[in-house]
Amino acid sequence: MWQDLYNGLQEQDFIIIAVAMDSREDAARPWIEAAAPSYPALIDRDHSLAELYNMVNVPQAVWIDETGRIVRPAENAGAFEAFRSLDFDTMTVPEDKAATAASAKATYVNAVRDWVLSGADSGHTFDDGQARAHTSVPNADIAQAHCHFRLGQYLLRQERAEEGQEHLAEASRLHPASWNIWRQAAAVNDMGLAAGPEFWERVNALGDDYYYPPVDMAGMPK
Amino acid sequence: MTTLLSERGEFSVSAGPEEGLWLDADEAAAATGWSLQPDGLCRGDVCVPAPRGRETEFSTGDKVNLAAFWEHLGMPAAHSRDGDIWALGEGADNRAASLRSLQAPDFSLPDLDGTAHSLSDHRGKKVLLATWASW
Repeated sequence: MWQDLYNGLQEQDFIIIAVAMDSREDAARPWIEAAAPSYPALIDRDHSLAELYNMVNVPQAVWIDETGRIVRPAENAGAFEAFRSLDFDTMTVPEDKAATAASAKATYVNAVRDWVLSGADSGHTFDDGQARAHTSVPNADIAQAHCHFRLGQYLLRQERAEEGQEHLAEASRLHPASWNIWRQAAAVNDMGLAAGPEFWERVNALGDDYYYPPVDMAGMPK
Repeated sequence: MTTLLSERGEFSVSAGPEEGLWLDADEAAAATGWSLQPDGLCRGDVCVPAPRGRETEFSTGDKVNLAAFWEHLGMPAAHSRDGDIWALGEGADNRAASLRSLQAPDFSLPDLDGTAHSLSDHRGKKVLLATWASW
């Protein structure tokens, strides 16, 4: 997903770390092998990164500077929810929504490039106050949810499926905002996607809320 | 044996048969970083004493009831029906403080070959840490 961006920036002091929120054995493998990225592609079967950075969906990204400081906290990495306008008869999204999605992605990728090349001068990084204001932090229920998620995944690997699913359901109940937790636990279709009727029901229940909240970034379409 | 899933990884521990999660203090310290001291259960500069009058629910001799301490600390815990697997997590307050410090929390995760990579391997570079999923 990020290789084109990375190709132009390999001379810079910059690295991309891609992390798959994938608990199922080898589910991420064909994707990574097909993309063959020249940056690290890691697997996070327990969603421990989502716990550490309080992430709730994919794609989300964090910008970290040379000193290990967060200059953009976890946020939507430039995705636009064009899929919510999917026409189920033609299985296509309207052209204007597709164009907005392409624009959002390009805006985000260009911002990353600007940041890599010119740092804080790019205008896309946050100062400490702004960064804290954009940081979402976990509460006790979210912390407990991740505990159940980890236990549930462990039980699934022990082939204690029923008990494992109970803990994943409890995790989702405690942290309903996490699509990571819900979709990981949901059944997948033959394309490996958790996109059945229950997914659409859950998406439609968002109403005017976002599935991919717009990134607070100059030029980002809403 | 009991399996303990903590921040530090996966541990096989010999928990006592009592209610709770009673471990040898040494095992508890290795698995969680919290050690049993005269002042209570300690990690770094922080020591948490057992509530007065309930000390024996929390520790006796060199045994410590991590379940009791975890609940007392308000930190997340979950266990299997049989109590043979426990997950002990980090508290929300610590996570929140860590994120608000703006120092990116380090992690170690494997690539497809099982080789571990850490964020701290890349200090001195800008990092785009990006998630995705097959689902």
